[in-house]
Amino acid sequence: MPEFKKPHALTDAPLHYCPGCTHGIIHRLVAEVIDEMGIEGQTVGVAPVGCSVMAYDYFACDMIEAAHGRAPAVATGVKRANPDTFVFTYQGDGDLAAIGTAEIVHAATRGENITVIFVNNTTYGMTGGQMAPTTLPGQVTQTTPYGRSTDTEGFPIRVCEMLSTLSGVALAERVTVADPANIRKAKAAIRKGFEFQKNKQGFSIIEVLSTCPTNWGKSPVEAIQWLKDNMIPYYPLGVYKEGAIR
Amino acid sequence: MERKLMKGNEALAEAAIRAGCKCFFGYPITPQTEISAYMSKRMPKIGGVFLQAESEVSAINMVYGCASSGIRCMTSSSSPGISLKSEGVSYIAGADLPCVIINVMRGGPGLGGIQPSQADYWQATKALGHGDFQLLVFAPSSVQEMADTVQKAFDLADQYRMPALILADGLLGQMMEPVAFDDAEIKFADASDKEWAACGHGGKRVHNISNSLYLKPDELEARIVERYQRYDEIKAKHTEAECYLTDDAELVITAYGSVARIAKAAVDAARKQGIKVGLFRPITLWPFPEKELKAACANADNVLCVEMSMGQMIEDVKLALECKKNVEFFGRTGGIIPKPAEILAKIVEMTQKGAK
Repeated sequence: MPEFKKPHALTDAPLHYCPGCTHGIIHRLVAEVIDEMGIEGQTVGVAPVGCSVMAYDYFACDMIEAAHGRAPAVATGVKRANPDTFVFTYQGDGDLAAIGTAEIVHAATRGENITVIFVNNTTYGMTGGQMAPTTLPGQVTQTTPYGRSTDTEGFPIRVCEMLSTLSGVALAERVTVADPANIRKAKAAIRKGFEFQKNKQGFSIIEVLSTCPTNWGKSPVEAIQWLKDNMIPYYPLGVYKEGAIR
Repeated sequence: MERKLMKGNEALAEAAIRAGCKCFFGYPITPQTEISAYMSKRMPKIGGVFLQAESEVSAINMVYGCASSGIRCMTSSSSPGISLKSEGVSYIAGADLPCVIINVMRGGPGLGGIQPSQADYWQATKALGHGDFQLLVFAPSSVQEMADTVQKAFDLADQYRMPALILADGLLGQMMEPVAFDDAEIKFADASDKEWAACGHGGKRVHNISNSLYLKPDELEARIVERYQRYDEIKAKHTEAECYLTDDAELVITAYGSVARIAKAAVDAARKQGIKVGLFRPITLWPFPEKELKAACANADNVLCVEMSMGQMIEDVKLALECKKNVEFFGRTGGIIPKPAEILAKIVEMTQKGAK
């Protein structure tokens, strides 16, 4: 029986995330992949503004904190300076799909050899639960108190579908961490992303459907159920693009 | 030493390569686009990196990432593009990272114009982004000096772990002059001398973090205070200025960059008329050469600040002189280059009215 322990690629710093938040699981999956590939010493992570902005304290590899939305550009700078480094970004939905759309689209279309962990919980968690680009139609948030109206707030962005149209993308896959079976699939997808990077085969993005019990006003269990009932129908799980670009 | 006829912008690019700048991240904007064009030709041939970013915002963030990993890097732009970079510049300063940024100034505000200007002095020296920080700011006034400044800018940026800005203008960027470079071999340094670099710890140390976030106020204050101690050392050791005929000058002109050269012609013309005029040219705009200016104005009651703006450096001139001298202004703006004759007329006017 293998011993269950904390991955080496995570530090001993206590996580600041709210009870029931799935960031902890996703951090662990990334760290397990780094451990299993034996690449902690060559990995640089980039965490921009959002709930995971302090990920630099949690990952044991070298880390860079970036401005809101800019992580793919920062990661590009790291990767171009040292192409043999493994570089990942860890971004939320407001960060990646609103303020950072230019950066993510162009890193993807350049086929930048980086791996993007995109945590989609349909809200701006850190600032207290405002409407995000991925907030579902009708969803109540601090800035859509009457529910998101597609007449005035438009429609949620499906990031994997959008990026899968770009030739630079080697992997665009949507997963969730809503239950153990899906957690295993999520880890396999993250591993695939890092493998594409290892072989210099192009840009990889793994979108992880995640929960925000605090800002959704739900218990952790209710939040998981809400994710399954509402998010997965709008954001179907699966591989949107897979294959080396070079 | 080879001497080549080069545009100012090209000289900046070549000098950066020779200073060991491995990565250049650019975005097109007049009047500095030759820097990107030059880099795109040279870098792939010598193992360097040229990347045209999707925006100025991205270009400066690529610099942030590259600088975080301890590799020499640079970006360049012109006024409106520099405004876009200000977010990234603030993060770079906040994370104590070295890099070089070039601003080949054009007229503003807004889209302004594409002719030369010096209207970004305040932005460069007071507020290229939010928060408590400064950049090293250099103001060369010839193509040769532009080339020489790049090496100095990289070295001081590394030494003090802060961004350095070369403040040029469309005139310096576009004009051609002979320029000589050292024949030294081009070498891109790795990050081995930068123990703080986030480039992969290799299992040999605890993780490095490139960061500007400090949620505890006492920690943030301590970081800033430490940074300002470095600034004090820079002020003491690396302030630079040039004096021309200031020893006996009764009127001292202050001007930087390309305008200083025009002012020099006006000084020579005034001297021929027997007017005792000199020129004081700040080479570093931050730190501003306060002591040097005071000394240069020892015998002068009158000071004339000439700029391609509505008057920005003049505030530093007045502060340095503690408002003890009569400081007047002459400037053209919007892309108009002042003529020596216009400056001379202002000198004569100040002399005739006996000024102070």
